[in-house]
Amino acid sequence: MLSPFPNRQLHGPLSRICTVLLSMSAVCICPGVHAQNTPILSGGVGFLTDTNGGNTTYSPNIAPVLAAPIGEHLLIESRLTAVESFFPKGGGQGYGHLHFVGPAFAQADYIATSHITAVGGYFLIPFGTFNERLTPFWINPLQDGPLIGGIGTMNSGSGLGGMLRGSAISTPRFSMNYAAYLSAGSTNFRFTSSRSTGGQLNAYFPNAQLEIGASYGRLLESTQTNSIGTHVWWTPTSIPLKIRSEYAHGPHSQGYWVESDYRLSQFKGENSLVGRLEPIFRIQQTFRDSPGNDGFPTVNNQRVDFGLDYHLPHEVRINTSYARRFASTGDTNIWETALIYRFLFPAWRGK
Amino acid sequence: MKKHWIFISLGIVLLAVLPLASQTTKESAPQAAAAKQQAPKASDRTPDGNQVFLQNCARCHTVPETFSSRISGTVVRHMRVRAGLSAQDEKALLRFLNP
Repeated sequence: MLSPFPNRQLHGPLSRICTVLLSMSAVCICPGVHAQNTPILSGGVGFLTDTNGGNTTYSPNIAPVLAAPIGEHLLIESRLTAVESFFPKGGGQGYGHLHFVGPAFAQADYIATSHITAVGGYFLIPFGTFNERLTPFWINPLQDGPLIGGIGTMNSGSGLGGMLRGSAISTPRFSMNYAAYLSAGSTNFRFTSSRSTGGQLNAYFPNAQLEIGASYGRLLESTQTNSIGTHVWWTPTSIPLKIRSEYAHGPHSQGYWVESDYRLSQFKGENSLVGRLEPIFRIQQTFRDSPGNDGFPTVNNQRVDFGLDYHLPHEVRINTSYARRFASTGDTNIWETALIYRFLFPAWRGK
Repeated sequence: MKKHWIFISLGIVLLAVLPLASQTTKESAPQAAAAKQQAPKASDRTPDGNQVFLQNCARCHTVPETFSSRISGTVVRHMRVRAGLSAQDEKALLRFLNP
């Protein structure tokens, strides 16, 4: 959970963007706007711990999400992340700390037609499933992301530019959605991005509750490289089971992960003592094909995660997990716990 | 080094057992009726809002316990962009959240 951008505070371009977002969302309180379209403040607050190879890091987190519709076609949305990490300095010198405040995305979505939404601003790169769907810690059932999470997400995980996305086909038996983006390179430390392009195509089969998708990304800076990925999710609606899997291949490495989680809500309901439990298992392997500075493990890795989450009332969740990582550089145990609160309410009081 | 296969094997067994366990668990009569209601036939032309919710929103995250109806339109528009919902699914979801 350590940020690559320590010791930075909210100022400069970020504060200007926040001001613009809040000003634009304020437009929504004008008379005539439908009452259901009150802007929302959502997100999560969490206290996360991570013990990796005997060293424990403590990370209080808050990640607010603002979504504000304007008129019938426009949506302004943004997610900020604020994290403070306390970690052992080593050598018995006590704890040091780093903090990070920055946007994960700050974008405007214009719903142009029933099939096309144009996105502009700072957005999450649509590659694989983890980056766009599971990075919020109040959604991800395991604290750590997959080891292949860095493939195809163009270093920062976000792009600065434009994207077209939407539903290409939607029938009761089959639906397909797409996303295609073009990002400029930015060295602004709040809005870091690489010059890149790419996209994603997802097919969903409602009868089988099966999703199959493919992603492509091309880095357009210096040595131009390609990344490809594919994913398969099976999420039956009749039973509280989710099986997710993903494979990605980058210029220097490749890997996959498979995850299964099952909420025990079929045992006396989801609000029973047992029904609040959610065991999770994930297996992943990475393969280093050639040396490269891509944030990926330098040697081949295997990792297994066993998680057990407990859903308390009022949107509070306790996450626990144990992982064992196997690599030629040494095997390590990783223990993680988290106390997480998810919130969702109107951004201001209304009638 | 070979011992990691013990963990991997254990994991694969868990991966297989969880779906089996969930499928063999008996559903109570109300649960079964609700499940039946939640699964309209594929030939139905109008999308069912509950089904849209389960198939698109709940695919990634758990269902919020409750939220104000004042924000339902915003939530649905957010989901339309994030989950790539069609206009038809968006309307069905809005109807479902505001019966």
